Amino acid sequence: MKRIYLDHAATTSVHPEVLKATLPYFSDCFGNASTLYSYGQEAKEAMEEARSQIASLINTKSPREIVFTSGGTESDNFAICGVAWANQKKGNHIITSSIEHHAVLNTCKFLEKMGFKVTYLPVDGNGLVDSQDVKKAITDKTILISIMHANNEVGTVEPIADIGKIAKEKEIYFHTDAVQSLGYIPVNVDELQVNLLSASAHKLYGPKGVGMLYIRKGTKIEPLLHGGDQENRRRASTENVAGIVGFGKACELAGQDMEGEGRRLSFLRDKLIQGIVEKIEFSQLNGHPTRRLPGNVNVSVKYVEGESMLLKLDGKGICASSGSACTSSILEASHVLTAMGVPPDVAHSSLRFTLGRENTEEDVDYVVEVLPDIVKGLRLMSPLYQAKRGS
Amino acid sequence: MPTYSEKVMDHFNKPRNLGEIENAEGVGKAGNPVCGDIMNLYIKVQDNRITEAKFKTFGCGAAIATSSMVTEMVKGKTIEEALRISNRAVAEALDGLPPINMHCSVLAEEALRSAIDDFYEKNKK
Repeated sequence: MKRIYLDHAATTSVHPEVLKATLPYFSDCFGNASTLYSYGQEAKEAMEEARSQIASLINTKSPREIVFTSGGTESDNFAICGVAWANQKKGNHIITSSIEHHAVLNTCKFLEKMGFKVTYLPVDGNGLVDSQDVKKAITDKTILISIMHANNEVGTVEPIADIGKIAKEKEIYFHTDAVQSLGYIPVNVDELQVNLLSASAHKLYGPKGVGMLYIRKGTKIEPLLHGGDQENRRRASTENVAGIVGFGKACELAGQDMEGEGRRLSFLRDKLIQGIVEKIEFSQLNGHPTRRLPGNVNVSVKYVEGESMLLKLDGKGICASSGSACTSSILEASHVLTAMGVPPDVAHSSLRFTLGRENTEEDVDYVVEVLPDIVKGLRLMSPLYQAKRGS
Repeated sequence: MPTYSEKVMDHFNKPRNLGEIENAEGVGKAGNPVCGDIMNLYIKVQDNRITEAKFKTFGCGAAIATSSMVTEMVKGKTIEEALRISNRAVAEALDGLPPINMHCSVLAEEALRSAIDDFYEKNKK
């Protein structure tokens, strides 16, 4: 059976050119980048080339502002804990949103246990943070604002530049988690006016286990990892050279393809949304209709539980995800949909399809063809659908 | 998503006893929309023996499979025998459930108890 992968927000396959670029750094050029002989210097050069490729994609002129990490989660932890610890004499207040990735939310919860105060801002029905809410939440103790660039579940793109302007005026450090957006929509650290920005390679056809934190020059931050002098003493540990080289190459390719690929994915996204909403009664789009990542489709198909739909889709070769409780380890519906005011039963009925480079219009047509029958079958079993029809 | 046994997938893809029973002697309900599982269980009882059982369920694969399995298990049993069916027995009959889905078997047990309670209630003299 043909498999159709529609979960690019979870991870992506490594681009063949990225794979090709990384391979020598596992074997011929295996050197430790901290050594002075030729093996080490080759590794070092390749790493610095990757740093420049990434710098170019996020539009910073100084690649030294990029620190390589093990991934998005470490970057978020580093940004938030690092700034909180380095600036605790100035204040103990952090502002974030209620729809952040758990890498941000659980880091904030950890800091609360250490005595920091955190404001979790609400979002509107489309998942948007109001920049005026950010402004109002600022106190004389606020040391950090952390709001994601684009949401991983519903794809809503947040008004980062507006928040950046406010943060700059108030002289408060501003971090954004750009794990979902980098490589898909323009990420320009100067236009967004961020001090810190997290990203991860495996979301844009790079390898897993490598990410980066952009740290604007002059930002006071404590390292998370202590040890050697790597990464300008900001992140100890022997560098993942092959991973870093792959991350650089992935950023270079993403920059080249972004405009065309963005248009292509947006077309497929809108076609898929339209197909589902038109063909399936009692279905709705979750997230913003236009301020949305090019590849993100999040819908709720009422009266059917998400995980049961995923199992049926998997039976048809389609890989997707859901905000239903049974797909999480805590048996609660998605915190993102809940924060957007989506009722729990509708959140349990959510499906997320995230499109990527290998998807075609035929893939979208196939989903639109098979999903209505899956829903029909499951609705026959559903007492909620029965109650709806009876009413 | 958890990995289910072949038996769970079989009952999920080919649910036994799906539907409702009109004028059922016992109707049981368990779960709620907040936790994402709702199970309705219907039993037909003749001479203290369950002759037919049907279900309707909103829930994950495990919830649908446990519903299907519990309806199979109660058929032909006396009310007293049916009351002894535990959530573990339902899970075992499905060759086990992932730990995170054990609550689905609890739901099946609750729905069954609720249907039997309803039967007792209707037959109070």
